[in-house]
Amino acid sequence: MKVEKEEFFEQEVEALIEDIYSQYGYDFSGYARASVYRRVKRFLNNKNVSTVAELKNKVLDDSYYFESFLQEITVNVTEMFRDPSFFQSLRNNVLPMLSTYPFIKIWDAGCSTGEELFSLAILLQEEGLLDRTKIYATDINQKVLKQAKEGIFPTSNIAAYTSGYYASGGKKEFSSYYLSNYGNMKFDSSLIKNVVFYPHNLATDSSFNEFHLVLCRNVLIYFNRELQEKVFKLFDDSLVELGYLALGKKETLAMSQISRNYNFVDKNNRIYRKAS
Amino acid sequence: MEATPELIVIGGSWGGIQASLSILKGLPANYKIPIVLVLHRLRSMEGELQHIYEKKLALKVEEIEEKEEIKACHVYLAPANYHVLIEKDRTFSLDVSELENYSRPSIDVTFTSAVEVFDENMIGILLSGANKDGSSGLQAIRNAGGITIIQDPEEAEVSTMPLSALELVPDCKIMKLERIQEFLNSLA
Repeated sequence: MKVEKEEFFEQEVEALIEDIYSQYGYDFSGYARASVYRRVKRFLNNKNVSTVAELKNKVLDDSYYFESFLQEITVNVTEMFRDPSFFQSLRNNVLPMLSTYPFIKIWDAGCSTGEELFSLAILLQEEGLLDRTKIYATDINQKVLKQAKEGIFPTSNIAAYTSGYYASGGKKEFSSYYLSNYGNMKFDSSLIKNVVFYPHNLATDSSFNEFHLVLCRNVLIYFNRELQEKVFKLFDDSLVELGYLALGKKETLAMSQISRNYNFVDKNNRIYRKAS
Repeated sequence: MEATPELIVIGGSWGGIQASLSILKGLPANYKIPIVLVLHRLRSMEGELQHIYEKKLALKVEEIEEKEEIKACHVYLAPANYHVLIEKDRTFSLDVSELENYSRPSIDVTFTSAVEVFDENMIGILLSGANKDGSSGLQAIRNAGGITIIQDPEEAEVSTMPLSALELVPDCKIMKLERIQEFLNSLA
């Protein structure tokens, strides 16, 4: 019964996606549709825009408006120490192997506002590896990269982050890493002194370096299988032999061509290692 | 005679685990209609929930993996800390976007997404819970012409969830758990 209206909405969004690609070069054609449609509806609702046609005019007329649309469509919700067991596994199973390299290179792909980046940096520091590690933190969205650089997060999540830190095997006082003020926690900027931030679009950009560890957690869930495969290939091209690939807890390499060249380090936490 | 529904979605919060178990344990292993279960739960319950259901149900129980295809004779559990969406090709999508109704997984998110794919050919059931999540999702199912059921608020351990749904969907079916089980068994 509702189908016709829904179909019309979807056709309009598809046209919008094409126009955005030709005007701004951002390619959303490989994004999983259920989420895209939901994000567009949410944006329409929040901004009091009544039709996709109206939205399209605004997005194509005004690049600032497009920025805010981009931010909404690409989910940027993230947290520190999401899945503490993952970070514990990274600490116990991956970092000891990485410590055998004189110089370590890590790619945090889709770093969003930086919560995961700072969690990772804390781990590296506690394991004595931070000074000889370079982290490349990338995201499609320039605005969130700026936020990530600042390392300021709302204190409303402090309790969850603190328990996540200890559950992941944290060795210090969590509060020693940040100053809290005016409802925000500002993390020690020395944690990211070896981090390079720059925009990278997984859907369209290519490999730019070789890494010992690639982290890309809960980003691929927004892509369709075809785009996922393309990104897996990109990660494969970007990993050294015996390099590590860390995905989100519900993401898998299983369907990918590259999977035969990868072994589980920790199945439950979806950490893979490339064969030699 | 109406067509057999192609999907059953069940939501619950406080008291929802027990309530859903008592419905589902009465369904046979060859119960055709796929069932998606969205429960609010503690993150520390990760994984354990699946074992509880596996032990008690004849049906196959799986925690949802992204891109997984919805198959007959399965009960699918929404994973902790992800929203569950359904794609046109009847596969699952996961999403870690904002909490909805203080919840992730949110029942509204899954119900609303399922309607867009299954239209009137689905059943939505809301059980015990101390949260209003699920009400507008149930309304979406109702508006599409699907079957909507709430657990009898008198029987529910916490009645906030079914009562809130009743406000938005006054013509939904009100049933006790035993009756819901009989009803589901009569369909397939």
